[in-house]
Amino acid sequence: MSTGNMNFTLKVWRQKDANSSGKMVTYPAENISPDMSFLEMLDVVNESLIHKGEEPIHFDHDCREGICGMCSLYINGRPHGPKRAITTCQLHMRSFNDGETITIEPWRAAAFPVIKDLAVDRSAFDRIQQSGGFVSVNTGGVPDANIIPIPKVIADEAFNSATCIGCGACVAACKNASAMLFVSAKVSQLGMLPQGQPERWSRVQAMVAQMDEEGFGNCTNTGACEAECPKEISLLNISRMNNDYFSAKLFREEKVHDHGASGGE
Amino acid sequence: MSEFKQTFNSSLGKKLIMALTGLFLCTFLIVHLGGNLLLFCDDNGYSFNMYANFLTHFPPIEVVAYILYLAIIVHALYALILTVNNTKARPVAYVAHNDAPASWSSKNMGLLGSILLLFIVIHMGDFWYKYKFTHTVGYKEYRTNVLTNQTTVSDFTPADPTFEHSSTTEGDTEIIRVKDLHARVANSFSNVWYDLFYVIAMGAVAFHLLHGFQSAFQTLGWRHRKYTPIVKFIGTWFFGVIIPLGFALMPIVYYLKSLGR
Amino acid sequence: MSLDAKIPAGPLAEKWSKHKFNLKLVNPANKRKYDVIVVGTGLAGASAAASLAELGYNVKAFCFQDSPRRAHSIAAQGGINAAKNYQNDGDSVYRLFYDTIKGGDYRAREGNVYRLAEVSVNIIDQCVAQGVPFAREYGGLLDNRSFGGSQVSRTFYARGQTGQQLLLGAYSALNRQIHLGKVKMYTRTEMLDVVTIDGHAKGIITRNLINGNIETHSGHAVLLCTGGYGNVFYLSTNAAGSNVTAAWRAHKRGAFFANPCYTQIHPTCIPVTGDHQSKLTLMSESLRNDGRVWAPKTQEVAEKLRTKQLTAAQVKEEDRDYFLERKYPSFGNLVPRDVASRNAKEMVDDGRGVGGSGIAVFLDFADAIKRLGKEAVSAKYGNLFDMYYQITNEDPYTQPMRIYPAVHYTMGGLWVDYNLMTTVPGLYALGECNFSDHGANRLGASALMQGLADGYFVIPYTLGDYLASIGPKPVDKNNPAFAQTKQEVVERINKLLALKGTKTVNEYHRDLGHIMWEYCGMARTAEGLTKAKGLIQELRADFWKNAIVVGQNEEVNPALEKAGRVADFLELGELMVDDALMRNESCGGHFRLESQTPEGEALRDDENFAFVSAWEYKGDNQPEVLNKEKLEFEFVHLTQRSYK
Repeated sequence: MSTGNMNFTLKVWRQKDANSSGKMVTYPAENISPDMSFLEMLDVVNESLIHKGEEPIHFDHDCREGICGMCSLYINGRPHGPKRAITTCQLHMRSFNDGETITIEPWRAAAFPVIKDLAVDRSAFDRIQQSGGFVSVNTGGVPDANIIPIPKVIADEAFNSATCIGCGACVAACKNASAMLFVSAKVSQLGMLPQGQPERWSRVQAMVAQMDEEGFGNCTNTGACEAECPKEISLLNISRMNNDYFSAKLFREEKVHDHGASGGE
Repeated sequence: MSEFKQTFNSSLGKKLIMALTGLFLCTFLIVHLGGNLLLFCDDNGYSFNMYANFLTHFPPIEVVAYILYLAIIVHALYALILTVNNTKARPVAYVAHNDAPASWSSKNMGLLGSILLLFIVIHMGDFWYKYKFTHTVGYKEYRTNVLTNQTTVSDFTPADPTFEHSSTTEGDTEIIRVKDLHARVANSFSNVWYDLFYVIAMGAVAFHLLHGFQSAFQTLGWRHRKYTPIVKFIGTWFFGVIIPLGFALMPIVYYLKSLGR
Repeated sequence: MSLDAKIPAGPLAEKWSKHKFNLKLVNPANKRKYDVIVVGTGLAGASAAASLAELGYNVKAFCFQDSPRRAHSIAAQGGINAAKNYQNDGDSVYRLFYDTIKGGDYRAREGNVYRLAEVSVNIIDQCVAQGVPFAREYGGLLDNRSFGGSQVSRTFYARGQTGQQLLLGAYSALNRQIHLGKVKMYTRTEMLDVVTIDGHAKGIITRNLINGNIETHSGHAVLLCTGGYGNVFYLSTNAAGSNVTAAWRAHKRGAFFANPCYTQIHPTCIPVTGDHQSKLTLMSESLRNDGRVWAPKTQEVAEKLRTKQLTAAQVKEEDRDYFLERKYPSFGNLVPRDVASRNAKEMVDDGRGVGGSGIAVFLDFADAIKRLGKEAVSAKYGNLFDMYYQITNEDPYTQPMRIYPAVHYTMGGLWVDYNLMTTVPGLYALGECNFSDHGANRLGASALMQGLADGYFVIPYTLGDYLASIGPKPVDKNNPAFAQTKQEVVERINKLLALKGTKTVNEYHRDLGHIMWEYCGMARTAEGLTKAKGLIQELRADFWKNAIVVGQNEEVNPALEKAGRVADFLELGELMVDDALMRNESCGGHFRLESQTPEGEALRDDENFAFVSAWEYKGDNQPEVLNKEKLEFEFVHLTQRSYK
């Protein structure tokens, strides 16, 4: 089925499940077209493995257009591969040299345990969002959308933070496996918008506490996360989160409340 | 757990401690360099020795000094705690080494910090400890004629080994007797290996602060489109270049002087 | 069986409010005694799960992805319609209703569509309140743009990532309820069957995708919010994981499948480069606001372009055919999707396609860049241009994009009544999973609207009516139906795992896709469809003999997951072909070559086909039975669509 003429040697992390130990295994990837995406190249390798009755290499993927955040892969020492500002599914084989050896590893972090091969469990991110990454409004009974004017610069900046796809590349890139960029993006987005103000001080405390509980490392402001983020989320978000956190902890009276307790029956 | 304890035990709280102690140490460097520039006064160490004496005998400074030592210890200790946490956060290392596009100094703060800690221990042992707690530092006597403003210098050995400092007047002559740290410095700096270590340590200061100063502002959440460039400029040029260069010049100049003697 | 759509009587504008009043309510104290299962966490699923939990129901939500935030709603680019009339350009609920009915080529229900238009305004309010960062004007108010075939600016957008922002909004509402314990979230869990007791849906069977555990979950109602089935074509703009399994399993348990042949082919996608291709990437329709679609006037020029003797820029103005502008002077490049798609296909069939394969036309921004400046164009479309560049290695700022239609959305789906209930009591279908609001063709920026309308503003009312009628008695988990259905699921998995043939599941999927695209794609004929039916039957028989499925059940096994999904597609494909063959007219996205106007436009046959086809499953390898729900048009006058 392959149509191209590029060949690669893949060194891939194989691990049966979370409880097994894993190792790097070498596979050839032959007749690869430069127009294939990196995942399509893996599809080709997997098809040939299945034909041989072997287990295909497992990796997470879904939308294959760079927005769902499901694909990951630490390729040649870089999350999402060598190109800036794209996800692995948007990475094409033309970005590699024919004959190259490509090392593929899962995200490495205590908070992201390996599920199988190259797929990791990123539910820690969900739990952080659940701890406070929302505005507590119920469906219905909200004011007209145009009742609160939001300056365009604020809306745009909040949008920049909101573009995070939750892929975890920031954690993978960080030498400390810190999740600060991810967490701060949500804290910033809601912290900047008027809708997020009522819970601003409580939210940041709750989300940071959950982040700590998940076992991510600490931020040392190296900026590797920002450089590797496929959506170019800025370090500025971390700064904003820090500011909000310290304000909340040291100068505000708000405690972490039970978010949205007004909901329920 | 009290709320404050909780705050400072959080990942961000620990970073806050790092930032605050770091910035405090930065301000100290300015004062320290200012004082040490007196080494360049061509007055047979008079200003420098008086400054050293002032630092060790003026009570408020004494208090600040102990806060300083505490800051160093806390800064180092929290760095250690954070590093241990960070190592735990990635139990399985990557096979392929990444060339993450982050600055060298930001990735090596621990290494740089360790060099600095070693330096501080040696440095303080050599000067501060010996000055304060031993009697191995000599004395100088400065006689100044207040009419002609001419000063003569001579070594001086007090009868009492715990003697620190005296200021007396004999007629038109003002006599100041003080511990001669200056000589101690000049002596140390005549050793080329010592100087080399000193210069390397100042290199470490440069790279540590190159990242550290602006990083502290980032941690504190003080980022602003208009002011952050100023912070970065100060961090780079003042703390990353001028301060370490100023300190590094001392051993170099004294070593060259020692060659000329 | 006669199908009762339960459309309330009375004037259009009062139907929904009257209906809401007539719906039974569940006593607030009783709400916590009901369990509701929500499958899928896209816009429809996440919004429904959150809203129902807010009301006090216990919700169990399921998704096969690793997080509810990954659902494919996230990939919608362009925007969401709402009849806010913030732009003072003549929009109204009625106009949005009318445009949607007309755009759907009069194959949707008036009552449903009007309700959709009516609640559209609430959706925007809700999303803004959640902190969705919609685009704004300098004055701080919301910005709108005109979108795909609409002559008013009613589309709200968040750069080219509207779906993402809306989904993250719904996800945040869902997260809040998870945090409060009102929603129990099951990720990496795939629904494999519906459990019915006395004809009512009472639960589902799922497979845990990490360890293969087959689990049963009970509930007083089951909501399927599992999206569309575009991946039956193998190549589509859907996510790799998008599948029909949940809906198809429900169909086999008694839910009728409506209008399966209505598929939308999106005109502006990046063309296929080769057999290795795993998906097609859509470029937002908003690009047609400023881009001009053209093909070379002659085959000679096209040939020179294909062989790279000429670049697009070198083609002289008089050698270009801006075919949409030429044929549809009043709508120009903004004609509805089906029209734009079909015209691109005509160009390619006429030998005037461009690009290496010759299967593409141009979408040119040279004039827009000249008129607005590169900066302005970049501000509007920068991320889309970057995406195009990533995929094709061609710079759309300096050379026109190559585009070609691709399967994008399926208007067909599980038949539901006005309450969104399928023909299985207690089983509901929301969003793209149902068939209800878009007729034979969906307007741009209306999918997000429908998903959220169903989840936030319809189901919270209509579900209560059913729940109140059945009472809060707990579902008996010991009912043999649970064990029985589970057993059937296990047997099917074992049957799949026993396949140790020579051809991979992916290869079958690709073959199916080729058949569907060739014979049941943009242009369909009786002859082709008849042939396709035979081909699909052969392929399906071969699949159950020769497919390879590696691995075991008790592990992460994507090969097994995919095998189950493809097996269902192989059945669905045949039903789509049946439906397309039965519907001997052209309407919207369903174009039968036998039924066209002299100008080559889709020609409806309102006399014979103004109905919803609802197919009833009768057992394996039995022909499905067609049930018809007649479409009554009380308020709009059926006309031949014309965008000239």
